Amino acid sequence: MSNSVVAPEQKEKQRAEAGLKYVGKNLERQEGIPKVKGQAIYIDDIQPEGCLYGRTVRSPEPRGEIVDIVFEPGIPWDEFVIVKPEDIPGENICAMIKNEIPFLADDEVKYKGEPLALIAHEDQQMVDRAINHITVKMKTDGYPAFFTIDEARSKQQVQYGEDNVLCSYQIEDGDLQAEFDKADLIVENHYKTKAQEHLYIEPQGIIAEVVPGEQVTVRGSLQCPYYITGALANLFAIDETSVRVIQTTTGGAFGGKEDYPSILAGHAALLSLKSGGRPVKMVYGREEDLLATTKRHPSDTTVRAAFDKQGKMLALEMDFALNGGAYPTLTSTVLSRGLLHSFGPYNWPAVNLQARAYMTNSTPFSAFRGFGAPQSIYALELLLNEAAEQLQLDPAELRRRNFLQPGDSMPTGQVIKEQIDLEQLMDRALEKIDYRRKKQEFAVFNRENDYKKRGISLATFFHGSGFTGDGEEKLASRAGVKISSENPLEILVANVEFGQGIHTGFVQIAAETCNLPPELIEVIEQDTDKVPNSGPTVASRSTMVVGRLVQDACEELVEELKNTAGLPDDFTTEDFLAASKNYLNSYGELYKEVQHHDPPEEQWDEENYRGSAYSGYAWSCDVVAVELDMIDYRVKITDFVSTVEAGQLINPDMAAGQIEGGIVQAIGYTLFENVVLEEGVMKNNHYADYIIPTAADVPSIDVEFIEFPLKNYGPYKAKGIGELPFDGPAPAIAGAVALALDKQFITLIPLLPETIHDTLSKLEETTDA
Amino acid sequence: MEISLTINGKNYQREVDETKNLLHFLREDLGLTGTKEGCGAGECGACSVLLNGRPVNSCLVLAVEANNCEIRTVEGEAVNGELSDLQKALHKHHAVQCGFCTPGMIISIRALLEKNPQPDEPEIKQAIEGNLCRCTGYKQIIEAVLDLTGQLDQKEELTHA
Repeated sequence: MSNSVVAPEQKEKQRAEAGLKYVGKNLERQEGIPKVKGQAIYIDDIQPEGCLYGRTVRSPEPRGEIVDIVFEPGIPWDEFVIVKPEDIPGENICAMIKNEIPFLADDEVKYKGEPLALIAHEDQQMVDRAINHITVKMKTDGYPAFFTIDEARSKQQVQYGEDNVLCSYQIEDGDLQAEFDKADLIVENHYKTKAQEHLYIEPQGIIAEVVPGEQVTVRGSLQCPYYITGALANLFAIDETSVRVIQTTTGGAFGGKEDYPSILAGHAALLSLKSGGRPVKMVYGREEDLLATTKRHPSDTTVRAAFDKQGKMLALEMDFALNGGAYPTLTSTVLSRGLLHSFGPYNWPAVNLQARAYMTNSTPFSAFRGFGAPQSIYALELLLNEAAEQLQLDPAELRRRNFLQPGDSMPTGQVIKEQIDLEQLMDRALEKIDYRRKKQEFAVFNRENDYKKRGISLATFFHGSGFTGDGEEKLASRAGVKISSENPLEILVANVEFGQGIHTGFVQIAAETCNLPPELIEVIEQDTDKVPNSGPTVASRSTMVVGRLVQDACEELVEELKNTAGLPDDFTTEDFLAASKNYLNSYGELYKEVQHHDPPEEQWDEENYRGSAYSGYAWSCDVVAVELDMIDYRVKITDFVSTVEAGQLINPDMAAGQIEGGIVQAIGYTLFENVVLEEGVMKNNHYADYIIPTAADVPSIDVEFIEFPLKNYGPYKAKGIGELPFDGPAPAIAGAVALALDKQFITLIPLLPETIHDTLSKLEETTDA
Repeated sequence: MEISLTINGKNYQREVDETKNLLHFLREDLGLTGTKEGCGAGECGACSVLLNGRPVNSCLVLAVEANNCEIRTVEGEAVNGELSDLQKALHKHHAVQCGFCTPGMIISIRALLEKNPQPDEPEIKQAIEGNLCRCTGYKQIIEAVLDLTGQLDQKEELTHA
């Protein structure tokens, strides 16, 4: 998989027999001590000498033409640095997948809150006051705006291409009509999910320093250092190597710091340039962060599926739509991943799956943990429950009869090569929650109680690790390890630590490969002047793809020491250190860097959307029991079991932390988190009225890991785990609520008390009529 | 105006703007940046400090209100660089992920333990419900406190109410 010396199968086997020394152990977090001491340095903790504070002038209207930006009297504007689009030295385009997002809107504004100009001053209170003394005059006649998928679809106004479609994909497989013709049951329904805010606890923040004639330097809270070097090179019309990006301790990200920091970095850097090179700090307050930054895409999905009377799945048709907002951002890849997870871990003889993302005048939606998969999986899993009901099968039984087996093909034609056993995964979860007994008891309970109702349901799902399709091949990530005069071993990667524990994982992988205690290994800071481009910290890719590069680089380094510095084949830690010393004395530092290439058997046909969509999949089953209060319609989760297959766990406690944290975030998505969009902008942009789970809201979450025998892909057979836990909770919880409501199927989340009330009222109306 | 206060056992006398909140006074005037700003509106708990032993959101307290008070921040938790037992427990249980809520979380748990050395699980949850964490799902934080107070062995699996 890389140009390195890949460990032969035999070697892997010997090591497995010998047992792993560092991988699979609960090593404490590398940066844990500074974090518990309050000594970790986040961007807002840095106060550069002579720093200016920047703010953003935003559009008051969702669409229109800028007529004038009026700087009102009463503010000493001559003391301010002011940046407008004409101050941009390079292209006014923030390079992402499609190059269509301006750093500052120039002629036409496309969403409310869009950045138009920037101001900075050395007194933060002054700049905070001044921002409220700017009036933006706009022409809105002739610029109607729309905000929903329905409006975009209606084409009453067309603002993008010919049909407002930002991007679309399709997967077709088998003979759809023939399978529908055979069906004993056809079920169809329509599902909607709303936006979600990442709500990392540390808001977005950047400090930029652009001294004319010198390197552009950016520090900040971010996921993808090398996205920012690219974006700023374009903005300043300079070479990418003239941009230096340094990540500071990042207080949560979840996808929200994947693309947005490129825009914020551009803003701070433009102000710095205009000021003549003073450092400019832009740290968003919470309100501005919630108002201005990206969110999870709202979705609107129609699913139609055919079954025979034994419950065999025959055909699946899906129309999966996302609201992309005003600019393309990363929407095309989100849509693609949503589509490639829409068919679930089941054997469908025929499918026709269509996915479209629509442009609207909403704040752009973009990456968020799960990346489109939670939305499509929600629709499919709930439809399966409806089908099970009509087939008079238990929902678990329907799934059991259709699970993918080793050797089966997904609708993309990707053959399952690993020895998956989804029945085992599901049965273990059912057993742990005592599914059968609970289901019977709940039926009795619900007959006997009017004011409380109980339900239990499940979801089975997978999540692909790494970039979709040939994305990893195109990224061609590079990672390195080094024996230096300062450290026995250094790891050089661009993948950042934002809480997920990846640096600890990399250390464990390197420790295992080099037989070196973790305390002798140093992860070099994510500074683009120091580390190679191992790609963005996204897509559940860091452990599987970059971890494998770290392992491969370590293998090469070990080989080099064997060939040149007397390292024996079967070496101890002391042998490694002695050989390193020999090497350093004779040749100086030893650096090995490897580059990713997809294995030959993992090929993807982008044109026809067929082939190996992901090199590795993690699998999971969530089973949830709920109690619904029929007075106030509040849902209480009483039991939550999640079984997870993610290959070899590098650090089991940290893996459990990822699953538990992901589930709680998804519980918030399902039950509490309601982004109220008014004219496309988040209206409830405070913690007080955007409710995320507190310690008092979380149920008992019982996570159990299972390991299937795997093909050899990730480091020590590890897979990605970050996003998987987000995919299952919404349909599992909604399914349980539906059962509590006597199978009144839920189609919309978040399931706020008022949502449940409205659902029931509508059903009553229908019944009355 | 000039204020005098004790922070982590050390006396400070400073001239401070009457509109400045305690959080910004700690961070900007004294360089005690362990206490974090998550919202500036008293909603997330990241800026929790102990004021005369009581946990408060320091963004909602004016620095001048802390005149003659005793303040404790996360920086007062470790003694001579040595982690406190609470810090050790959080570290050991992987109860820290991104770390941004951690200083405030430590303060709220410290306040709880000073009142109640053996809190049960609902009491722990109640004590930290004003400290939002978006990473952990809270379980490993609760486990750390149960372990610290010698209650984890008896309770292998958490039975959250």
